[in-house]
Amino acid sequence: MSGPNPSNCSAGGVQLLPVAAAAKAREPINVLIVGVGGQGVIMVSKALASLAQSKGFEVKQSEVHGMAKRGGTVFSHVRFGPQVWSPTIPKGEADILVALEWAEGLRWLPFLKPDSGIFICDTKRIVPPFACLDRHPGALLRYSRETPAEVKAHVVEGYAIDATRIAEELGNVRAANVVLIGALSMSLDFSAEDWEQALSEFVPKKTIAVNLEAFRLGRRWVERARTAPPDAQPAETPAPAYRPYKVRLEITPEWCKSCDICVKLCPERCLRLNAERTVELTDAAKCTGCRLCEWLCPDFAIRVHLDAAEAPGVVAAAEGIRP
Amino acid sequence: MHTVLQTQEQADEQAQDTRPLTGNEAIARGAWEAGVRVAAAYPGTPSTEILESLARYPVEHLYAEWSTNEKVALDVAIGASFAGSRALASMKHVGLNVAADAFMSQAYIGVNGGLVLAVCDDPGLHSSQNEQDTRIYGQFATVLVLEPSDAQEALDLTRLAFDLSEQFDTMVIVRGTTRLSHTRSRVTVGERTEHLSRGFVENPAKNVMIPAHARPRHFVVLDREARLKQYLETAPINRWETGGTSFGVVTAGTCYPYVREVLPNASVLKLGASWPLPEGLLRRYCESVDRVFVVEELEPVIEKELRALGIKAEGKEFFPRTGEFSPEIVRAGFEKAGAIEPRAGRVSWAPEPLARPPVLCAGCPHTSSFMAVRASGARVAGDIGCYTLACLDPLRGIDTMVSMGSSIGNAIGMAMAGDTKPVMATIGDSTFLHGGIPALIDAVYNQANITVLLLDNGITAMTGGQDHPGTGKTLRGKEAPRSIMKRWCAPSE
Repeated sequence: MSGPNPSNCSAGGVQLLPVAAAAKAREPINVLIVGVGGQGVIMVSKALASLAQSKGFEVKQSEVHGMAKRGGTVFSHVRFGPQVWSPTIPKGEADILVALEWAEGLRWLPFLKPDSGIFICDTKRIVPPFACLDRHPGALLRYSRETPAEVKAHVVEGYAIDATRIAEELGNVRAANVVLIGALSMSLDFSAEDWEQALSEFVPKKTIAVNLEAFRLGRRWVERARTAPPDAQPAETPAPAYRPYKVRLEITPEWCKSCDICVKLCPERCLRLNAERTVELTDAAKCTGCRLCEWLCPDFAIRVHLDAAEAPGVVAAAEGIRP
Repeated sequence: MHTVLQTQEQADEQAQDTRPLTGNEAIARGAWEAGVRVAAAYPGTPSTEILESLARYPVEHLYAEWSTNEKVALDVAIGASFAGSRALASMKHVGLNVAADAFMSQAYIGVNGGLVLAVCDDPGLHSSQNEQDTRIYGQFATVLVLEPSDAQEALDLTRLAFDLSEQFDTMVIVRGTTRLSHTRSRVTVGERTEHLSRGFVENPAKNVMIPAHARPRHFVVLDREARLKQYLETAPINRWETGGTSFGVVTAGTCYPYVREVLPNASVLKLGASWPLPEGLLRRYCESVDRVFVVEELEPVIEKELRALGIKAEGKEFFPRTGEFSPEIVRAGFEKAGAIEPRAGRVSWAPEPLARPPVLCAGCPHTSSFMAVRASGARVAGDIGCYTLACLDPLRGIDTMVSMGSSIGNAIGMAMAGDTKPVMATIGDSTFLHGGIPALIDAVYNQANITVLLLDNGITAMTGGQDHPGTGKTLRGKEAPRSIMKRWCAPSE
């Protein structure tokens, strides 16, 4: 496995067709799958591991959980080939890095093979609450600032996909990881049919149809990115940190029990309890959309939406970017 | 991409029952195949899934329980062994500290039914408060320590551990690490062999550890160690893999695949048992090569033993004594030692990583509790659980954390020492039942001026949501008498 070659996908038999650079025949293929707890990193790695194993490869899949549930970094190493020793991928040896979250993708870039690694990343960003502490209007958001263009300039082959939006449009945001599986499948030599069969075993029965559609959209996305001439490539989402947006707080007053947690912990001090002892936003211009209130509310009474802004620049201050 | 044609070997393998298992699932499978009849544990990352997996086997085959703590779990397993059944207790490395009292005495007693202790270490502290090395406990108690290097060995060695336990009249430790526990690979499984209970054997001189009985037992233990060493001289679990003679590597457990990744053709002595160590085999191996390296995570257990034999072994000079190993670390060690040529660095672009510390789950009730704690201005002794995260922003609620159940005892000490602030202890429901109760009794008995906050979220949350006596459900999901927290905290008469 090295460069992508979609035409080489086998038609579902056991024998896999070789692609370019098969010289390293005895070396395993290394796929690193990363994201944030709850995004479905383990599901992606299990589907890949199961498929590779069904094709007769030796497979090792290694993950770390424990703190994973609490919004921390989650990663899973999948290695397969005729023989696999270490369960973890050495730094600089990953053939493919699949990231379900933008900053997590950047974190693991040093693991990618510098001369041939493929980077597949959702542009979705999950901003940790800690990135927002001690902020003041106009302060920089402590979130990765590299743009897809910058990243693509540093990797041999890179795809920054707005997989979460694609999944949302399909009506199931949880299928974002399967959009990425679709993209991943374009760089590995297993047939689409085999992938679809493996996926059907790993997603909840009720969601098979939507997940298979997500898989196909992921494949199509990469296909288009590869075949379209450079100037006609699909517009890629810029790094979300640079994209101006408007913050919209969705408050469900019936669920608010006036506990005051959000008011006390809001770094911008822009929330208060109103006459009905229900939380409300006092100063929309100060709210940075850091999500700390959403994260810490014991009753799920607040949701933070980051809507695209019509005119760039207008909300740049709220976003925390200096022009 | 590889062209893969199925070999005859692979076809044969597929005819056998093979399945992808994690190290923990494989340990459970090995115990089940060995005919284990009683299994007990307290949850603790990375060991938790061993008992969860065992609880999925038929209830007619084995009894499996979540115990209130690791000492209870080991005592339950020891009891089952007394009764003549094969038994297993599992725990994380620090859990063995809790069980250590029973553990050290049991080493003198030996077994009736085979007794296996699966202990999972956490080099690199993925989710622990220290990175102690369980092999030293094996040395301490003079019991056999087996160290699987992958899921297949986890199954095979656990199965073997029960046989060796009965053959040598000793408890056997199967030592894993986080990497073994949570790596999934293909395992060929077998069938269960039933071992019916041998029945209780009345023998107070062996089973009742009063000084008069324990004194002669110590000689038995030392003799057992000698017999184990003799067995390990030729046991197939220690593999001598020949290679070049300029240097050789002695290694065990999850370090072995890293060594093989870096040195596919080197001479390696791969130990299946990391305690005790067979002197003859070690001497012969070390004489076959010019230089000897020991690659072992954490403490230099094997290295020190080689040096005690007068062998000039090299190890911790090149391979760190802290943290989890990786192929990179092992490669760097061999490069530094001059055993292999330095490889040109493969440096990829590395943007500055974003800090993403774990936080309490959305909607977690502990958030409200720690808001109140913070507002109180008290000195707060914390405990082990998700709520330990309250030491960080934005909650900043606790000042100390030592070990399971320590909060209440620590608070008593702080108050008695005259801390200028009011003193508070915060402890979760599962941790309270595990280790907090004796300290709470102590606080009442000694009239300590402290406030204990019992943060009852009705589950063992940190390890992924296991039941405990306060949830009213057992490991297998059966209804059980519920330990009511309020009753524990009722004022004494």
